[in-house]
Amino acid sequence: MDQLLQHLLNGLLLGATYSLLGIGLTLVFGLMNVVNFAHGEFYTLGAYAAFAALALASVNFFLAIVLAIAAGAVAGAICERCLLRPMRGQSIDTVMLVMIAVWIAMQNAELLGWGGVAKSVPTPFPTQPLVLGPVSVAPLRLFVFVVSGALILGAHLLLARTKLGRAMRATFQDRETAALMGVSIERIHTITFAFGAGLAAAAGALLGPVFLLYPSMGDLASLKAFSVVILGGLGNFAGAALGGLVLGVAEELGAGYVSSGYRDAVGFLMIVAVLLLRPSGLFARAERVG
Amino acid sequence: MNRAIRALSLALASVLAMWSPSAWAQDTVKIGVIEPLSGPVAASGNYVRMGAEIARDWVNAKGGVLGRKVELLIEDNKSDPKEAATAAEKLIVRDKVPVIMGAWGSSMTLAAMPKLEEYGVPMVVETSSAATITKRGNPWIFRISPPSEMEALGLEKYLKDLGIKQADFLAVNTDWGRGAVAAFGDTLKKSGASVGAVEFMDQAATDMNAQITKVKGGSADTLFLTTSVEQITLVLKQAQEQRLTRKVITTGGSSSPSQLIKQAGAAAEGTYHILFFLPWFPEAMPDGKLAKAFVDEWAKRGHPFEGLTEGFRGHDGVLTAVEGIRVAGKADPKAVQAALWRVNVMGLNGPIKFEKDGPAGKESGQSKPSIFIVQVKDGKIALPAFAAKK
Repeated sequence: MDQLLQHLLNGLLLGATYSLLGIGLTLVFGLMNVVNFAHGEFYTLGAYAAFAALALASVNFFLAIVLAIAAGAVAGAICERCLLRPMRGQSIDTVMLVMIAVWIAMQNAELLGWGGVAKSVPTPFPTQPLVLGPVSVAPLRLFVFVVSGALILGAHLLLARTKLGRAMRATFQDRETAALMGVSIERIHTITFAFGAGLAAAAGALLGPVFLLYPSMGDLASLKAFSVVILGGLGNFAGAALGGLVLGVAEELGAGYVSSGYRDAVGFLMIVAVLLLRPSGLFARAERVG
Repeated sequence: MNRAIRALSLALASVLAMWSPSAWAQDTVKIGVIEPLSGPVAASGNYVRMGAEIARDWVNAKGGVLGRKVELLIEDNKSDPKEAATAAEKLIVRDKVPVIMGAWGSSMTLAAMPKLEEYGVPMVVETSSAATITKRGNPWIFRISPPSEMEALGLEKYLKDLGIKQADFLAVNTDWGRGAVAAFGDTLKKSGASVGAVEFMDQAATDMNAQITKVKGGSADTLFLTTSVEQITLVLKQAQEQRLTRKVITTGGSSSPSQLIKQAGAAAEGTYHILFFLPWFPEAMPDGKLAKAFVDEWAKRGHPFEGLTEGFRGHDGVLTAVEGIRVAGKADPKAVQAALWRVNVMGLNGPIKFEKDGPAGKESGQSKPSIFIVQVKDGKIALPAFAAKK
């Protein structure tokens, strides 16, 4: 029983990180219809930016996270302005190829800049775990969990409740009408992509200290992010958040009670099942037409 | 006119050929190196490369081999078996190297092996531990690193002192990890200890909490860890988060305890590590003077100290390959293969000399390396009292 509780807690903590990875991708995917293969690279960028701020400029840990998010958003904005804007109106496949190029270019730039040797990010949190009855949790993991939740909620509110969020949704539903209503279409495109990249960078800055930094760390992150988005349904914020938790818990229980060698297979089997049975995602409401 | 142009371009081409790097390389003896320079185990691969470069420079400083300078052609296998096979083919077909050193991971080495057989080029295996490498009947393989079985036998004499009654295993899900679990499990069972949980993790996995929770549910006193230093760091940190109290023993010699102390901090305290080079105590190595010189050269080049436990492999691998070429008297793959059987040279780990291993008639070469064990104590590396005695 104690073991089950620990497994569930592990799964939720892991799942929250998957959710955080998923929301940035689902936003860009769902709203802009851009399959962002470079999502994991913005994640890596965030992690290295936090590392640079902490280890090289020795700023405060929390400020480093903010700086990393800013770095991710700026990189996202540049990417959108220079690469995606000229591609506007092209088919989704063409844009996808551009994003694959960005992925390869960014990953190799990271390898060139930082070298292949893993780096670890120092944190102000104590390494001794918090013990809660039969289970234990690292303070850093708890911090990541809380911040992930806050970021997901914040992003949701921004999209649902603010004028900017309304403009974003309007732009991608019907750009002509939105433009007629006085929305600056080009600006909205840039902001949305920067927002998605910023969320990925946030995930990197938060998870970098939990794990280790190395140039190819984004590959696994991308893979998990895509899984979460498929589970939750394209562009579905709550779906991505819940999808992440479901994937985290499923992997954890699969590894704990089936076989740890097939840990990742459990997650992918679930995705295959979802694609077969509920192709629009686990948490999609009735399909919207038009 | 047409003929004139053709003659002119031919002349131009030959002039160009004389200037091109391939013509330049005529004066050198080429040795192919395949290491993971990027990807999840890049740190280790880069350390091996640094060690290989030191060996190259030392050999060249003494006049090279066959009167020519040694040149290393280094290929990145990206921590990926497919890439290792491609790299081997590239080195053999394009660069025509007479001998290769590689390819760090067992899965990568195994993937490159059919290419060696296809083209007939020998490879000095510097790191890989999976038993199958020398058991497959590939006569082009010459391994200087110990297979897991040899490592397990090396540990056998310490089992009593370590006080292992029941051990769990957590290993990377590759040929190396699975091989180590089998080898160490057998040795433990033979000496009366039992094997508890056996868990695996993907090479790129970063979250091992599920496996740790499962291990924690058992009643073993020891945890054997077989994976790269990056993953060992994560496992130790996550084990600490879950308050897992086990004697931890890492196998394979790639655990770089100095890096663990730096990156895992207190989580590394008390852990044991099976190693094949002890840069903290160079004088305790079979050739203390050579070991000291290597450690000093490493520091002089500004390489990180924690890479030495891995870097020595590169030195010994290149040394072996060069010695093979010297004994052969020519840089020809077939001749080097025959010569490697006659190599008898002192490496950083100890004497390197190949014995036959694998199916009769198609044996691979296997050297018998020295095996050491150290412990992290008060944030420093120490020889455990029982190991220092023996």
